Parts: sequence; C-alpha cells; structure tokens
Amino acid sequence: MGATVPLQVTVNGEAHASEVPARMLLVHYLRDELGLTGTHVGCDTSNCGACTCLVDGESAKTCTILAVQCDGAEITTIEGMAQADGTLHPLQEGFWAEHGLQCGYCTPGMIMAAADLLARRTAEGRVGTVSEEEVRNGLEGNLCRCTGYHNIVKAVQAAAEASRRITV
Amino acid sequence: MTTIDVPPTLHVGQSLRRKEDPRLITGRATYVDDLALPGMLYAAVVRSPEAHAKVLAIDTSKAAAHPGVKAVFTGEDMSDLLAPLPMAWAPPGVEVKTPERWPLVRGFVRHVGDAVALVIGDSKYVVADAAGEVHVEYEPLPVVVDVEEALKDEVLVHESLGTNKAHEWSMGGGGDIEAALAASDVVVQRRIVNHRTAGAAIETRGCIAEFRAGQLTVWSSTQVPHLLRLFYAVQMGISEDKVRVIAPEVGGGFGGKLQVCAEETMCAWASRRLGRPVKWIESRSENMAVSHHGRDQVDYVRMGATRDGRITAFHANIIQDLGAYFGLLTPMIPELGAFVMTGCYAIPVVQTDITGVLTNKFFTDAIRGAGRPEMTHMLEVTIDQLAQELGMDAIEVRRRNFIQPDQFPYETPYGITYDSGNYEVAMDRALEIVDMEGFRAEQAALRNDPTRPILRGIGFSTYTEICGLAPSRAVGPSGFGLGIGLYESALVRVHPTGSVTVFTGSSPHGQGHETGFAQIVADRLGTDPSVVEVVHGDTATGPMGLGTYGSRSLSIGGVAVAHAAEKIAAKIRQIVAHNLEADVADIEVRDDKFSLRGDPQSGMTLAEVAGCAYIDATKMPEGMELGLEQTLIYDPSNFVFPFGTHVCVVDIDPETGKVDVVRWVAVDDCGPAVNPMLIDGQVHGGVVHGIGQAIFEQVVYDERGQLVTGTFVDYALPTAADVPSFETDRTETKSPSNSLGVKGIGEAGTIAATPAIVNAVIDALRHEGISYIDMPLTPLRVWQALEEARGRGDGPRATEQGRPLPEQAEGSAGSGPTIPEGGAP
Repeated sequence: MGATVPLQVTVNGEAHASEVPARMLLVHYLRDELGLTGTHVGCDTSNCGACTCLVDGESAKTCTILAVQCDGAEITTIEGMAQADGTLHPLQEGFWAEHGLQCGYCTPGMIMAAADLLARRTAEGRVGTVSEEEVRNGLEGNLCRCTGYHNIVKAVQAAAEASRRITV
Repeated sequence: MTTIDVPPTLHVGQSLRRKEDPRLITGRATYVDDLALPGMLYAAVVRSPEAHAKVLAIDTSKAAAHPGVKAVFTGEDMSDLLAPLPMAWAPPGVEVKTPERWPLVRGFVRHVGDAVALVIGDSKYVVADAAGEVHVEYEPLPVVVDVEEALKDEVLVHESLGTNKAHEWSMGGGGDIEAALAASDVVVQRRIVNHRTAGAAIETRGCIAEFRAGQLTVWSSTQVPHLLRLFYAVQMGISEDKVRVIAPEVGGGFGGKLQVCAEETMCAWASRRLGRPVKWIESRSENMAVSHHGRDQVDYVRMGATRDGRITAFHANIIQDLGAYFGLLTPMIPELGAFVMTGCYAIPVVQTDITGVLTNKFFTDAIRGAGRPEMTHMLEVTIDQLAQELGMDAIEVRRRNFIQPDQFPYETPYGITYDSGNYEVAMDRALEIVDMEGFRAEQAALRNDPTRPILRGIGFSTYTEICGLAPSRAVGPSGFGLGIGLYESALVRVHPTGSVTVFTGSSPHGQGHETGFAQIVADRLGTDPSVVEVVHGDTATGPMGLGTYGSRSLSIGGVAVAHAAEKIAAKIRQIVAHNLEADVADIEVRDDKFSLRGDPQSGMTLAEVAGCAYIDATKMPEGMELGLEQTLIYDPSNFVFPFGTHVCVVDIDPETGKVDVVRWVAVDDCGPAVNPMLIDGQVHGGVVHGIGQAIFEQVVYDERGQLVTGTFVDYALPTAADVPSFETDRTETKSPSNSLGVKGIGEAGTIAATPAIVNAVIDALRHEGISYIDMPLTPLRVWQALEEARGRGDGPRATEQGRPLPEQAEGSAGSGPTIPEGGAP
C-alpha cells in the first residue's frame, strides 16, 4: 500500500487519529478502517454519488478524494444523520414517508447530497422552501436506477417543509 | 388449498410505509461489500483488451511475486470444474448452438473483458496492482461487431460452431402471413433498431465465497440464490446440501443479477483451493463491460391493415445480437417477447421469425422487460406508422383493434390465453387526464412561437405484457424449454408468542416484499404487519425458491405466501372454535384476533392461539398436530397479463435537437393493489428506465469491438434533472390466474415507455416531413433528422462518437419505407 501518512479527522462527532496509506480513498477509509459501511461505492468516477458524504459541511464524493486530503476535516456520513436517541433526520423521515427509495443503495448518498442542498437554501435565508426544479438540479450528481426520482423529489421537499416547521 | 372466507383487506390495499426502510435510510443495511470474514482474501480479474484473439502465452510470474499476492490462476488451473457456465434454455425440437463458456478462457478471447486470469491477494489495492502485472500475449483475430455483418459468416466468433447463426426460431399463428399481408389494403414496414443497453444497477455485482470444512457458502448480490446453489453444486461437484447461498441486501438487479456469474464460480473455486474466503467486488468499468447487456435487436416489421384501420397481419423478423457467448437465458429473450406480439389487439394473423447471431461483444440477456419491451416497441411504433399511412388518429386505430372485455379469457393466434383485460377503459382514463384538445392547441402555439419555437409532441403506448413467470408445466423442460419449472415457495411460521416469520423463495432487491407480503399475511392471521417478518435470500432458511424477475414476485411468491397463511388460518379457526366451544364456521378473522361472527369482543389473539399450539397442548383439539407452520409450493395455472396506457409529451428544441420529456401520464392495471405506493414506485422507476433507453443510454462498441461506453462518464443514465414527475393512475381488473387477482408491475413501465417516446417525437416532427427516427433519440440524431428534412443535411453525417456514419446505418431516419418489398433479408 506504500507510505503511510498521519490523518486526524472527526467523523460523526468522533475524533480519529490514524496512519493511512497516502493513496487510500476517503470512502475506503470510512468503510474499511472505521466500519462505516453506509457510504457506498457505485461508479468509481464520481458520476453516481452513492459515496456522497459531508466534508466540512459540504457534500463531497468520497470515492475520488484521498483520505489524507481530509486531514483536520469534519466528516458526516449517513450513520451520523439520526440523533443519538434514534430520532431520524427530517431527510431520513422524508425518504421513508414518501417511498424515496427501493433498493436503498443510492439512498445514503442521496440523503447527504440533499442535506447539502437544503443547507444551502437555509444559508440563503430560504429555510423550508425548495422547488421541484431546485431539487432535480441539486441532485443531478446522484444517480438512482430504481425510483425514477419522482419520490426522491417529494422526499426532499417534505424534509424541507419539516425543517421549516421545526425552525419557525 | 383449503377454502376459507375471503379475509378482510385491512392492511392489503394500504400504502404502508416500508418495513425495509429503517435500516436502509440509516446506513445500517448490509450489502455484500459491507461484509468481511476472518482471513478473507480479495480477487481481481485480468481481462482481455482484445475483442477476438488467440491467447499465446500468459506470464503470471511478476504478479505472483507481488507482495501480498497469494495466487494467480488461469483457465488451465480450473480444469477440474465439472461443467461450463450454464445456459438454461433447451426448447424441445429447436437446435441451439451453444458456445462453451468457462469462468476463465481456454485459449481464445472473444470479447473485450473476457476473463484471462484471476489474482488473489491480501487487499483490494494489492490485487488491483498485481492484475496489471499479468502479461498476456495475444494474436489478434478478425472481429465482427455488427449483427447483420455477422450473419454473413465471413468472420466467425467461434470457429468450432462453423457459423455465427446460433439458432433460428419461428412461430406463426392464425394463417399464412404472406397471404394475409398480400390481402391487406395497406402494408407498412419498417426496420427498427432496438439498441444495446446496460442494466446498470447502482450496486455492481459482487460476492464472497467461503469453502470451509466441506461446506461452500456464497454471499452474492443476486436475484436467484437458489439457482446459484443448484449450479455451484453441479459445477463444483459438491452435494447440494453442502452449498448455501445468501443474497444479502441487494442494490438493484433489473435482470443483471439473474445470472450465474463467472467471477462467482472463480471465487468459489479459489476458496476451495486456498482454504480462505475470497471476495470479489465488480468495478463499474467491469460492470459496463461484463455484466450482461440487454436488448440489441435489428427488427424488420410489416403490418397489414384494412383501409379503415383494422389490423389484418403482423410480422416481425428479429435479428438478435447474442454477443460472444450465452448467459443463463441469452437466446430465449426475443421468444419471451413473441408471446405478446399481438399486444392489446385482435390481430388475426401473426408470425415471428427470430435469428440469434453471435458477435464479438459481451452477451445480452434479460434486462428489465426482457424481450417484451422490444416487441412492444415494434408493435406500438408500427401502429403509429400505420395510422400515419392511413391518415387516421393513432388512438382511433388502437380503439378499433382492442380485444374487447367480453372476449376474455382471450386466446391469441399463438395459443397464449390472456387472463383478463379492459384496455379501452385504461386508455380513456389516460385521455381524460391528458386533455387532447388542450394539448393540440398548446402544440400549435408553441410551434408557431415567433421568438423561440418549440416542437411539442404527444405519444401513446397501449401495452399488455406477459409476466408472473410460471407455470412450471408451460415454461419448464418439457414445455417452453427452461431448465427448471418456475413455481414459488412459502413458509409461514407463527412463533409461540404470536409473532410471525415468513420465508419466501422470491428474492427481492428493492421491490418491497418485506412490506407487501407482511400485509398479505397480517390480514389472514389477524395480526399487524409490524410483527410479521419476511425473510428472503438465504437457501439455508427457507424452501427451494426461484427468485425475483419477470414481475413474478407478487403473483407467484405473494400468492404462495397467502395460501400458506390461509392454511394456518384454517387451523387457527379449529383451535379457536375448540376453545370457545363454537362451530368452526362461526369463527372469523378480525384485525387483532379470531372472533365469533358478530361478536367482535370474543375470541383469541394470534398469541393466545400460538400458546395452545406450542405451549399448552391440552387446549388443542384432539388429534391435531402441534405447532402453527405451513410450507407450500405454489404453481399457478396461467401467466398474468397486466396492461395500461402510457402517454408521453416531449418538447424538442429545433436548434439543438434536444428532446425533453415534459409530461408523463401512466394508467396501469395490475389487478387489485396490495400496496399502491409500491406500485407507483415500480411504475416511476420502470418508465425512467425506458426514458433512459429511448433518449440517453446506449452501449457502444466501435468497429474493432472496443467498448466505448466503459463508465458512467460515457454511458448516460438519466438524472433527476432529465425526467419529469409522473401522473399515475390505475384501473383494477382482477386476474383469474390466482386467488388474489393480482398481476405484475415491475417491468410494465419499461415495456410501455420507449414507443410512447418515439411516437411523441414523431408527432412533434411529422410536419417537418420526418416519419421515423431510431432510438436513442439523442440531440445529434434528432438534429440531423431535422437538418436533412429541412434540406440542410448535405455534409457527412456523424455518429454519436463523431465518426462518419457507416453505410448500413443509412435509412434509420427520414421518411418512406426503409426495406425492400418482401421484408427482411
């Protein structure tokens, strides 16, 4: 695996200090070293978005980032989305309620990309409002072969609506 | 089966949230790549960069010496395998020339990606590195890529077969096709290319094989765990009881995992050789090259009709591109489509001629719809072409030819019995939603917009399809010729505390069996779906099963589960009657218990009944077996035939040729709904699969057999931004084929979709003088058709890859007949 490099990251609120091979992909670090297998690999070319996580609050395709590029970063994976008591994140609740998933393989990446999308709306002062077009364009980097996206759009809009109700 | 009262549909019919989802939305599901075993090794496959070559030498020494590599194997090492990879279709009386296919090649490679060597090592990084160090010397051989070129037998894919024509299959019904066409007022004909596509599940294939103490366990991302067990036993000479196959969470299939995969056999073999578990996870590049492709036919169709629009005859001459080898069902795919060649129409005379042809490409096999999308495409596109020729409305032509509701069960000229249908009601419902008058006004306004004209079009597809793949007698070895009958199994087990485990032989990968089957069982056992766990995909836990494909899970697997639960319910009634000192006939099932009819307060809960059956035998009727458990195998009497009308509206930018699907109305009929939310989900996904083929997706090989579309960079799956939201509705016509009256819905959207899109595009372009364009309707292709129609197409035409278009592809666009009188070559 070649030379190792020290790496310090915080993943889902927990600090990790590791020595990792310089060429190890972030997705392999998360899956194989930390056992966070909720993040999936779908295409190897950053087209499908199944590996999407939040790195310092922004969505990133972890199959094309080296783990060492993330030294000092705060990373959130799908395992970090629900609260400690098991309360689901509004996006998780939205995907469940609206049947926004079938095989579930793209779902973690979809949820993480959607989290970034909704966070951007919030930063623009538009909490809870996201149009169908904004969701469709915002999730263009995430592929789903099962759902035809119809219910994914509804799921994200439902989550936005729920966030608004929580915030207001 | 034991007959009982019709159970109340308290849960059936409801859009219950899925029981599967909590683990999937929290990242707690376990797909095959999420598993790791102690001592596990990793595998990588060395693949051919040549499309056709003799393998002169394989030098594994450098790779074998790579730190961390445990072994490198070639085809010769695996000569102790007892059988080649299977092709499971042997139609009685039809010769099918089947090329032998071994997991690793023996002397020749015949497509890009053919497996030459297997590298096993400590980590996925190690084997990926070492695979690049296996040196293979090839002597390139001539390559044939185009299916009609391959028919000439000038270049042979398999020298030993003496021909590329692997099989011919003909079926006719209702009379002589040539005579019927000759007697028709009008005949329209068309060459239709149904191009090659990929299944492209977002989870690629993968497995872990562990051979330990004489027992082989394989975790595989598969749709057919029981079939794999059967084949591993045969291939490796292991007694079937010592083989266990587990399909963990499976990240999509679409037919792509209805396969006995070379790589999985390699891992099983290597695990036995090395005494360690071996994992192989397919990369996306491998998936595009060596996970089976779908479609890939050149179809010559002729349709005859009377001047007033009654179809008199329909002929399809199908040239199927098989690829270089056969997968499990490769040569059978067009035949499956042929069974619904008449679609929704009373066509008196039909004929299907199929020629399967080998080429230096990866093999084609079942992808969502498998033969039925191709046939439906031919039929529904040709009906629109006929309407154009007759100057009639395409809807009216359909209406005039529909099989009428009172004609069911309807026997087609092929001897297939359609179970039930009410086609006009579904079409009228779709028309009501669409508002044709409003549409035509809108179309004219957009077309004539002086600032930025948009070419808007509308297309229809009124389909029926054959699914619920069973019955065993019809499809099995002595019938249609599949290697095994297609039935389905169920085991329903009530536990002593009254919760329930259901084992099904159906093996889902996103369809929602755990929810739908729980709804069916809960209604029958007077309990809640939340305490009914549905277990699938493990050959060690349930009875023999046939898996999930062909939209068969509910109408075969779900009915099996229902019947098993009904048998238990019959036993429960006796136990309750005994304890209440009542008549069995007076016991009815309610939402939370079995009660005396008319006295909802009375009765016993499922837990109380289970207490009698498992804990206090004195409360059981004299002589009754203890326990509450039922196993059964269900084999239906007929297929099921869902149907419906799909309507597509497209906008075409005349400047760029870009086709946007802006509206989709789907009215489907799959019988009574168990969970309407799941039905809608299947329709949405199925339609987008069809939109993908019609506009975006194409597996492309160049003239040397190199795969051009090797990743998702080049193979364009539709994204959320490429498709609209859907307007779905349903009609409900019960099937007499099963006691639930249900039909399949998993493939319907894909089957219906592509012709609706092509018909919509032609509707948008007809006034420009364009009568037909082949899929995929990419901007380049549509723009070129427009340029030609507008007299500006003088320069050399480009292919999708920017090279000049080969001669034989001429005539794929534009107007007028495209094949000579008398049909196909």
